[in-house]
Amino acid sequence: MGELTAQSPMDGMMPTRIGGVALREVDLGALTLVMPYRGADDALSGALEAGHGLRWPDAGRMTGTTERGVMWFGRTQALLIGVEPGEGLSVHAALVDQSDAWAAVEIEGDRAAEALARLTPVDLRTGVFGVGHTARTEVAHMAASLTRTGEATFLLMVFRAFSRTLVHELGTALEGVAVRAAR
Amino acid sequence: MRLDGDGLIDRSRPLAFTFDGRQHLGFEGDTLASALMGAGVKVVARSFKYHRPRGVFTAGSEEPNALVTLGHGAGQEPNARATMVELYEGLQAFGQNAWPSVEFDLMAVNDLGAPFLGAGFYYKTFMWPRAFWEKVYEPVIRRAAGLGTLSRKTGPERWERAFAHCDVLVIGAGPSGLMAAMTAAEAGADVILAEEDTRAGGRLNAEVEEVDGQAGHAWAEAMRVRLAAMGNVRVMTRTAVVGGYDQGTYAALERLATEADRALKGCFWRIVAKRSVLAAGAIERPVAFANNDRPGVMMAGALRAYVNRWRVCPGRRVAVFANSDAGHRTARDLKAAGVHVSALIDARADAVCDLDVPFYAGGQVCGTVGRKGVEAVRFRQGDRIEAVQADVLAMSGGWNPSVHLSCHMGGRPVWDEGLAAFLPREGAVPGMRYAGAAMGAFSTRGCLESGAAAGRAVVEDLGLQAVEAPVPGAEDGTYEITPFWHVPGKGRSWLDFQNDVTVKDVTLAAQENFTSVEHMKRYTTQGMAPDQGKNSNVAALAVLADATGRGIAETGTTTFRPPYVPVPIAAMGAGAKGKGFAPERFTTSHAASVARNAPMIEAGLWYRPSYFPKAGETQWRQSCDREVRMVRDHVGICDVSTLGKIDVQGPDAAAFLDFLYTGMMSTLKVGRVRYGLMLRVDGHVMDDGTCARLGDRHFLVSTTTAAAGQVMRHMEFAHQVLRPDLDVRFASVTEQWAQFAVAGPKSRTLLEEVVGQALGNEDWPFMACGDVRTGGIGARLFRISFSGELAYEIAVPSRYGAALFDLLVEKAEAREGGPYGMEALNVMRIEKGFITHAEIHGRTTAFDIGMQGMMSDRKDFIGKAMAARPGLMDEDRAQLVGLKPVGAVKELIAGAHLFAPGAEAVSETDEGYITSVAFSPMLGHVIGLGFLARGRARIGEHVRMVEHLKGSATLCEVVAPGGFDPEGGRMRG
Repeated sequence: MGELTAQSPMDGMMPTRIGGVALREVDLGALTLVMPYRGADDALSGALEAGHGLRWPDAGRMTGTTERGVMWFGRTQALLIGVEPGEGLSVHAALVDQSDAWAAVEIEGDRAAEALARLTPVDLRTGVFGVGHTARTEVAHMAASLTRTGEATFLLMVFRAFSRTLVHELGTALEGVAVRAAR
Repeated sequence: MRLDGDGLIDRSRPLAFTFDGRQHLGFEGDTLASALMGAGVKVVARSFKYHRPRGVFTAGSEEPNALVTLGHGAGQEPNARATMVELYEGLQAFGQNAWPSVEFDLMAVNDLGAPFLGAGFYYKTFMWPRAFWEKVYEPVIRRAAGLGTLSRKTGPERWERAFAHCDVLVIGAGPSGLMAAMTAAEAGADVILAEEDTRAGGRLNAEVEEVDGQAGHAWAEAMRVRLAAMGNVRVMTRTAVVGGYDQGTYAALERLATEADRALKGCFWRIVAKRSVLAAGAIERPVAFANNDRPGVMMAGALRAYVNRWRVCPGRRVAVFANSDAGHRTARDLKAAGVHVSALIDARADAVCDLDVPFYAGGQVCGTVGRKGVEAVRFRQGDRIEAVQADVLAMSGGWNPSVHLSCHMGGRPVWDEGLAAFLPREGAVPGMRYAGAAMGAFSTRGCLESGAAAGRAVVEDLGLQAVEAPVPGAEDGTYEITPFWHVPGKGRSWLDFQNDVTVKDVTLAAQENFTSVEHMKRYTTQGMAPDQGKNSNVAALAVLADATGRGIAETGTTTFRPPYVPVPIAAMGAGAKGKGFAPERFTTSHAASVARNAPMIEAGLWYRPSYFPKAGETQWRQSCDREVRMVRDHVGICDVSTLGKIDVQGPDAAAFLDFLYTGMMSTLKVGRVRYGLMLRVDGHVMDDGTCARLGDRHFLVSTTTAAAGQVMRHMEFAHQVLRPDLDVRFASVTEQWAQFAVAGPKSRTLLEEVVGQALGNEDWPFMACGDVRTGGIGARLFRISFSGELAYEIAVPSRYGAALFDLLVEKAEAREGGPYGMEALNVMRIEKGFITHAEIHGRTTAFDIGMQGMMSDRKDFIGKAMAARPGLMDEDRAQLVGLKPVGAVKELIAGAHLFAPGAEAVSETDEGYITSVAFSPMLGHVIGLGFLARGRARIGEHVRMVEHLKGSATLCEVVAPGGFDPEGGRMRG
């Protein structure tokens, strides 16, 4: 029996560029939801440092990078990105593979925040939501994770099955922003 | 007519537009109202009820008269206020509520019936016969009365919705708002300055008074430029803040300037602000006197705006009537602009005048003369009644602060005797301060000062340091007003121009004992039109106060509710049409299913294939029956990824699941699956599904598609609130795994090929689960069945879902099998008597569905105590049964009710209902599932199904649910 072919969530729908804002799919590699057991926060944090050189993030923050990092992902949860979790972690935390569960899109451009303001209630002012800040939120009625990865760059994640809707909603928002920019 | 001079229009850029098909010319900077005025158009609309001719009355968003329809066809926009419509090249406007035109309206015969059309006319007149209410009276009334109409077609225009956040929201960019915004911005606060006009300045754009030694509008523009250049300020012109809500949330409607080829109309904003400053200004109020609605009668402040800002005047000879210095100011500006002032009538007996105009202190206008416009003005001074020729009458009854937004959270405004006006109540909206005319500061200097003070106050609230800055110099006159509401006398005196409500209507309401202001409003419809009584509320309640012998403060106001100005539903619902209506959730096999022409059915947000039509199949039953036989005889593939999957781990995982399920899960062996039932806290069934034990401390819970979110929420509640003592963690893995059912007698050989290992009963028995490999990928295999056949479910990481589906279907087709959809899945589960949410619909208990035996008595679980309440395990309850037709009629209908064969089919004799129905190709007849009183004890009895909507009735035999392969031999095969 032959190999099964993998398909990315945004297969054929990205990259694209609308009104000066670039949208591209990001392959985050291995994604593991890490949920420390009771009282194991410190031990887990130590194991993360020792095993992977990564710090456990505070609520609403991300440590490391989107290539290799830890993203707060909700109450007592964080997403280990780009790293296969070492054996040492499972003693302290429940580990759940989510590598295929999320569609991840990078949104980059001066008007990226303006477009996102059409989709999510998160306060995206740089003074409030700076680089490395992350939120679990609603984006156009979809459960989402939104992270500021640069001054004008965001990482947006929704359930894989919502990929097409995300493309549609981002397109609509960006077109609206582009119309105003053209004035 | 257009006046000489600069104004704030650009005469080098003429703009052509039409009104009712007639071509006119205006200039950039004009509104439709000012352009019509410049073109000499006087009648721009017909009134709501009496079809009286009406002209432009104000210069702002409060305009009650000049409502027009913009454009025509699908995108036509009714009820646009001409005073707020920016003129653009090619604009087409039409009069409305008139036939054939506003200039000559045959429906004006209504005006002759005016003596009969007073307050409560409809209530008193159209009482009988009752059958006429909806069939005759309502359509006739609706045709005769009203405003513009929608095209009833899908419009091409588009709106947006967006969120904005700031430290300080300043509402209104007049002198007060500009000062508040600057003060807050200079202290470092993030500021949003919202202004409904196209430019900042507010009244400064309409007046000639200077600020800081320069023209007021120039100072305002300079302030706007300074603010816009600051990184922490967002100036939003064309943006009306329309509502105040909890926790500093404000709604605002932004309209973009119209440009050719642009479908985007604007944006509905939700602005979240830590603090706000209400600097919305004030609205000038009319005085009621006979025929005060004639075209040419308008507000004095509005006339100054037209003369000073747009350099237009609706006539050549103007009479001015006021009860404050507004009259003096108006006459002064008119004279300066070269317009003849035929009379300045001041209601204050002690008023003096230094202008060279005919001046009448203590005078009261008692009527206007003319047909489609004012020709003369009659007024009383002492005992004498005089008339002056005038084609314009500018009036002012004082100013009403725009307190609306301060009242949106339930606060009531406070009456101020000195200003004869309602002022916003302190603290009515948390975090909101007031400034300028909105709080009764009516001089320019007063506005600037109070704006700066409000800015400082919010800055201090936020813990910032205000920068001391001098307040610019400006006019600081006093506001001396003698309250004056209406001039008694014969003839109709309008209060609410938009809804055609007169002084007489309000006094009649009082006479008929509608003395509460809220009752008066509803009886007369005063304040109900699109302007929401902005022009009329205070005067109407003053008249009511008079008529009932109470004071104004005691009478009080009606409730101010959002929105402050009309908001198109299209703006509030922006984006929510077509693909934007709801997110679409697609399985990994979606494209393959669509390629096979499978019609999709929605399951929550998911899309699932109903059936896979083959060539020659013309209706769904053919495909469905074929797919059922295909699965039962060969093998079928079905995407079941939509079912909820929850990964549960931890030292106390087993204990937690024991607490969630009615049955025992801690005794489940690793590598085995068990069917389980979850109850709500109230003891009724919430969901059913399987629970697989993947490891000693590792389980996988499956839920139905419909209840996946509900079960997840339930589990969070159970863990966080009910059993925080348990050390357990769980997460949804629904999206991580693509899962496919492989069902039918040939499923085993098919899957043995796919996973490359033996799957016989000894290797992989019924209800076994575990890891396998396929195509080099780690996968999970479960031996579970929802079809009653030998069946498995195989799951792979989602990225391989599409590939695996194609592979499984290919292998199935090689075995006379293929994909099957929801219809076949449903038929097979009804044949087996398996439940879905059609049966566990929220009102049924484990007892009702025959699963009372699954409620373990060896442990506690959610819903256990409540399920044991008296009545919930009662033998008389409706219990799950199967049904098959036995009489001449072979039809069963889901939702139909069940009755004893001889009983009358009424609710008193109702014995149950049908929940699921299908034609069973295997049994050869229609089968149903339903709930029947004492059902389990009545197997073999007959009941009658009656469906009242269609009027059908079927005699049925009560059978045990699951008539196909009742022993389950095929499933365990």
